Amino acid sequence: MSRPRPLSPHLSVWRFQLPAVMSITHRITGIILTSGTVLLTVWLLALAFGESSFNLVSLVISHPIGQIVLFGYTVVLFYHASNGVRHLFWDFGKGLNIPGVYASGRIAVAAMIALTIGFWALVFFG
Amino acid sequence: MTEPTNSMRTPLAKARGLGSAKSGVHHWWHQRLTAIAMVPLVLSALYLVLRIAGSDYEQAILLLQNPFNAAILLLLIITGFWHAMLGVQVVIEDYVGSDWGRITTIMMVKAVLILLATLSALSLFKIVSI
Repeated sequence: MSRPRPLSPHLSVWRFQLPAVMSITHRITGIILTSGTVLLTVWLLALAFGESSFNLVSLVISHPIGQIVLFGYTVVLFYHASNGVRHLFWDFGKGLNIPGVYASGRIAVAAMIALTIGFWALVFFG
Repeated sequence: MTEPTNSMRTPLAKARGLGSAKSGVHHWWHQRLTAIAMVPLVLSALYLVLRIAGSDYEQAILLLQNPFNAAILLLLIITGFWHAMLGVQVVIEDYVGSDWGRITTIMMVKAVLILLATLSALSLFKIVSI
């Protein structure tokens, strides 16, 4: 390569765009969900090892910090799930135009908020 | 790099060793299949979480010993970790430049995920057989 070649994408020259932010957020939430599987494994291991280890894990979960982590995990899960369904619609060729991409993006964010509120309402009042 | 137009080599011989073609569309397809499968699985598992939330050891064990609950959880473990491995692989392939770095990172991440999946499944088997 004798001369510097154009670099793409020029992230810094673009205005904030919802589809771009939602795209990278999908990847980030995917990585967080993958890392968080260790929590599921620890919970199952604790339950398998017996009552004392289960009670210890329950104590951590019920602590405010544990509750915040779980809340964050559900937000991330509901984002990735809602936006994942959006991707599935695209895979069927639906909504692949600029207004459609923006509309489905807003629907996915709204679905994430609704699912998070609904789930935690059921946890505390269900 | 470009072959002379009068080359005697077959098109296959020219292409061999140059391209991706490690696997075709099946990675993409499995990513979608596991995604679709996880819609009902995650919803069922969240319902299970709601029922387990706040329960003590005995209640939690009893809930997971229900064959339907155990089946949902086992299927979620398999599907979820599979989906995660496929997804993380794509992210690593996109952002890690060097061949060795990319291959070793993917292998290490997959090894950890397989370990976690195995531990989760074995814990579930233990819980079911208590």
